[in-house]
Amino acid sequence: MIVVNTETIPGHRIIALKGLVQGNTIRAKHLGRDIGAGLKNLVGGELTAYTELLTESRRQAMERMMAQAQQLGANAVVNVRFTTSSVAAGAAELYAYGTAVTVEPVA
Amino acid sequence: MDDLAGAVFLLLWLLVVIGLPIAFIITGRIREKNHFEDIARREAIHRNFPVIDLSFLPAGMTGSRGTLVTGQVVIASDYLKNFFAQYRQIFGGEMKSYQTMMQRAKAEARLRMIEEARKLGAVAVINVRFETSQIGQARGKSAAMSEVLCYGTAVMT
Repeated sequence: MIVVNTETIPGHRIIALKGLVQGNTIRAKHLGRDIGAGLKNLVGGELTAYTELLTESRRQAMERMMAQAQQLGANAVVNVRFTTSSVAAGAAELYAYGTAVTVEPVA
Repeated sequence: MDDLAGAVFLLLWLLVVIGLPIAFIITGRIREKNHFEDIARREAIHRNFPVIDLSFLPAGMTGSRGTLVTGQVVIASDYLKNFFAQYRQIFGGEMKSYQTMMQRAKAEARLRMIEEARKLGAVAVINVRFETSQIGQARGKSAAMSEVLCYGTAVMT
């Protein structure tokens, strides 16, 4: 499955629109990571454990989006957008959406 | 004997109250400086690699494939930055400490995206977007955590 955030795919032509597809996940941080992050707050800087957690979660949201596209018979998702929002203290929602399309390579 | 114990206690107390924050400030500053140097070094490597936020390739370039690439960072400010930021908010103006924090995070996220694209053998990254969000607060105090996401389409020949 081709996933891009542009409206078109280089070297490909869109032959059918399949509609909007989306995937989301809500993740809570866990205590061990939180303690580490609390210590990191003393000096500031990157929170590697959280970066990993969000990377993994975003991948899951994208996979859900791609699964939905597959169900619609699409072979690509174009114009993908991401949003992140905090839904409760210590929980973040990661949301990915895009347009499922069928593409073919330009001869 | 009581005097000695009192003096030792006072010394320890001063060390904790004044020494620790200073140690944290210095550590934070050193890490920030090292990070900026690291960013400059990595940027020099990718200087000629086109990274643009237009949705098409620059004239004269062609691509046959594209794929999504992302780079992300979660960063925290520290308690002292928050403490000083509170006073800054009385008078307003630029918050330098937060500005450098976000600058580091954005540069780091962008570089991670570029590095992923280059690993895939891309010739350019187009339609680059940045997204920043606050993902919650560290336990207890209000040391804010922010997430910076940078994403775009890597184009391969």
